Amino acid sequence: MSLPKEYRFTRDHEWAKLDGNRVRVGITEYAQEQLGDVVYVELPSVGKQITLKQTFGVVESVKAASDLFSPVTGKVVETNPGLEDSPELVNQDPYGEGWMIVVEVKDMGELQNLLSADDYAAYLESLG
Amino acid sequence: MNLKRTPLYDWHTAHGARMVDFGGWEMPVQYNSILEEHRAVRQQAGLFDVCHMGEAHIRGPQAGRWLQQMVTNDPMTLQINQAQYNVMCQENGTALDDLIIYRLGEAHFLAVLNASNVDKDVNWLRQHLESGVTLEDASDGTALMALQGPAAQTILQKLTAVDLSQLRYYWCQPGAVAGVDTLICRTGYTGEDGFEVMVSSDKAVAIWGALMQAGASHGLLPVGLGARDTLRLEAAMPLYGHELDEETTPLEAGLTRFIVLDKDFIGRDAVRDEKEKGLKKRLVGIEMVDRGIPRQDYAVLYQGEVVGKITSGTMSPTLEKAIAMAYVRSDLREVGTELAVMIRDRPAKAVIVRRPFYKR
Repeated sequence: MSLPKEYRFTRDHEWAKLDGNRVRVGITEYAQEQLGDVVYVELPSVGKQITLKQTFGVVESVKAASDLFSPVTGKVVETNPGLEDSPELVNQDPYGEGWMIVVEVKDMGELQNLLSADDYAAYLESLG
Repeated sequence: MNLKRTPLYDWHTAHGARMVDFGGWEMPVQYNSILEEHRAVRQQAGLFDVCHMGEAHIRGPQAGRWLQQMVTNDPMTLQINQAQYNVMCQENGTALDDLIIYRLGEAHFLAVLNASNVDKDVNWLRQHLESGVTLEDASDGTALMALQGPAAQTILQKLTAVDLSQLRYYWCQPGAVAGVDTLICRTGYTGEDGFEVMVSSDKAVAIWGALMQAGASHGLLPVGLGARDTLRLEAAMPLYGHELDEETTPLEAGLTRFIVLDKDFIGRDAVRDEKEKGLKKRLVGIEMVDRGIPRQDYAVLYQGEVVGKITSGTMSPTLEKAIAMAYVRSDLREVGTELAVMIRDRPAKAVIVRRPFYKR
């Protein structure tokens, strides 16, 4: 599985990508694979404050609902409008069209604490 | 505890299935995509490994009379090769299991049991056994596969000389499939036309392979438990452990037409009593109005008050709406009644709709 080098990752299988002073957030290829067909995504409204490691939304596959955990602390400034009608984008293009939210982050240092692509790859390896 | 495996386990893993624990069995939940497998069954055909189901043979001159006492419906009315849906109750009228009974001979019946209940059912039946009746648990040596969908008849007909156009819903016929002795049943759990093929366990792999091959040009896919659940839910068929359990009566589950009260059976007095005094809860179909997917055990509200809970819920792949079954206070069963489902601490609007959600 090839991981985008410029992204950062969590052990809960979210990714974060720096974009100016903003961070784009989604779930990883591994996460969508584990979930199976995504049929519903519940995202926070724009303006909402979200906190590192806290739930910011829910992604639901045919079988179950799973919490989404925030990789950063900040204010939600954008949500992916495409996911309302096409939640399958999360399966089809998790690192691109299947993004979930954009967050205005206060402390960019938080990003440095996340896993690099290599570290995340090693972590996935350890999961077997 | 070690999980049990069906004779098709190696086939499933070789074909990319994701395996899960289901009632003590290691079963495929999906091969590639639950949605794709669901659509294959609605539009072409799907093949299900249901070898985990239990099979018990009941034989003897008193077999029919005895069975009649054990279940809610009336197996004595069955003709040879006919099948019937039944509920087996405890004395208090709640459900031990739901099962299909086939009459294979004048004095020979076959009960197909839910996988997770086989031991419980067999023990219960043995405890109540009477002279003139024998019970054989043939679950380990019997394989069961379900071929379901609009193309099912065309596919199966390629492999058998039995005229399938003459085999009616809820009837069965012994006959060779791909040269192997089987029992062909026109039954299923998907809301589509289809068959269940029963065969000796050592022949399961051969029959499965023959069916997959015969169906290749008809869009046949292997289907896991994930789509089995969404298919049966759209068809509003009860699943033991969800809509039925030892705290639920067949009346509450809306199974009135499978209850014959003018013959004796274990639990009859309780069920009759319940019918006269009124039900505490009742199974209804729910469709979401607001966004969100209702899931098992979510609370159901009416005018702000908790009146029941969800037993099964999903995003319906066919209807593209979130649907569920739920037990609610029995005075609220009217179609069109506005309810709410608590989804993650927020009430989401829903409405009672007619069941089944999907009818072919």
